[in-house]
Amino acid sequence: MRDISIIGIGQTPVGEHWGRSLRHLAYDALHLAMKDAGTERVDALYVGNMLSGEISGQAHIGPLIADFAGLRGIEAVKIEAACASGAAAFRQGVIGVASGYQDVVAVVGVEKMTDDVGSRLTAGLASAADADYETVHGVTFVALNALIMQRYMHEYGLSKGDFANFSVNAHANGANNPNAMFRRAISKETFMRAGVVANPVSLFDASPMADGAAAAIICPTRLAREYTDKAVHVLASAIATDSLAVHDRKNPLWLQAAEDSAHTAYRQAKITPAELDFFELHDAFTIMAALSLEAAGFAKAGQGTRLAVNGDIALDGKLPIATMGGLKARGHPVGATGMYQIVEAALQLRGEAGKNQLPHARLGMTQNIGGSGATIGTHIFKSSE
Amino acid sequence: MTVEIARHWRLNSQRYSLIGEECPACHYKIFPPRDVCPHCAEEAGPEFHFSGNGTVFSHTTVHTPPEGFEAQSPYTVALVKLDEGPMITAQLTDVDNGAVEIGLPVEMVTRKLAEQGDEGLILYGYKFRPQMAMA
Repeated sequence: MRDISIIGIGQTPVGEHWGRSLRHLAYDALHLAMKDAGTERVDALYVGNMLSGEISGQAHIGPLIADFAGLRGIEAVKIEAACASGAAAFRQGVIGVASGYQDVVAVVGVEKMTDDVGSRLTAGLASAADADYETVHGVTFVALNALIMQRYMHEYGLSKGDFANFSVNAHANGANNPNAMFRRAISKETFMRAGVVANPVSLFDASPMADGAAAAIICPTRLAREYTDKAVHVLASAIATDSLAVHDRKNPLWLQAAEDSAHTAYRQAKITPAELDFFELHDAFTIMAALSLEAAGFAKAGQGTRLAVNGDIALDGKLPIATMGGLKARGHPVGATGMYQIVEAALQLRGEAGKNQLPHARLGMTQNIGGSGATIGTHIFKSSE
Repeated sequence: MTVEIARHWRLNSQRYSLIGEECPACHYKIFPPRDVCPHCAEEAGPEFHFSGNGTVFSHTTVHTPPEGFEAQSPYTVALVKLDEGPMITAQLTDVDNGAVEIGLPVEMVTRKLAEQGDEGLILYGYKFRPQMAMA
């Protein structure tokens, strides 16, 4: 297997892009990433996307986007793993380059969500859950997270306020990210006052749906210097799965696929969790942030919120998370989110994170969660020094 | 829409009667039925009829429903731990939204699950209500 580096990154602002369609958004991010890498050709394109068929009536977007981006003829395919589509697509790129089948590969995560609204969009998202045994009962994604959070608070004796700092931290960081959907800090009081969406999940526990695209260009590390002097090394790439339905999990309060993929990634990177300088986790809901921290080895079961309460997750804390706003403030264009996490990790490791730049960003991890935890992809990256 | 008939018809015994399986190797009670036991990975076994009794493991109230559930909103959904072991997702009925406690004993009833518009299917299946002896 060959070592791999990221040689180019690009992203569109996350938000409501009424004038840009799926193919335009994907091109915008791809174009920026290819310009950043200084290349006009790639051997293959992997597209992370969940809902193109449901929302845009468009399947088969691999060739569509390749052609639209001036790459007609190359191998191009869509990778779908619900909200983990971004990480899953990136991993396909890694496999392609590591195997030697491809040298320079583009990965783009793209989601166009605002072309549908309301109950149809809710139903589209819910299609990531078990259609026959979850969604048929009217369960939504908010509801699945609410069911997990309700039981979690009950078992560990927690209150709403214990989760506040996940949201406060994300919004504080998002305020300095020009590509974030929400760019205003919020107070704990604002969090506590927010309207309930599905008890105990309130508006400020939940990430916003949005349009967006983010892309990266990767190649073998030994070729990276031909393109850039700020390559970011891919130290680990792992995906694990769990039962699709929450009710089928051995422990609905534990993200087994997060633990499995994180531990595989630690082994590949030959590091311990304590060596990581930051962690771009999947805070689609505050409960997911807590569970991700626990499963990745930063807290014992039931203690994930403590890292938020005591400030460990802040930019100047022991383990900064959501350094560019996370899903909560940057926004959650579902199939693109995993690639936003990777692009943001690369920005930190290249020293280009602006006001949110961490002073010691050498090792960073991203974790992208599909559905309520059935597909989880973990990647570890290292700066070129 | 009519092509969906078979998709739902084939689940009738689960939706109407909570029929699952018992693993012949480890005797784990399985719902919904599978081809392979989720506990020991042996081939799953003969039919098993669940009692329909269980307790609420967790619950929430849905205010922003997906397509097909608008008429019922708001409604309470729950993870129900069946007495025989497995957990299932279902709506709670005959309860006030928000007035449910974790641990509440519940029993299965058959209710309308969803309506697929004026010309689509009307789906029926299991929901759970507080056990009558408790009410």
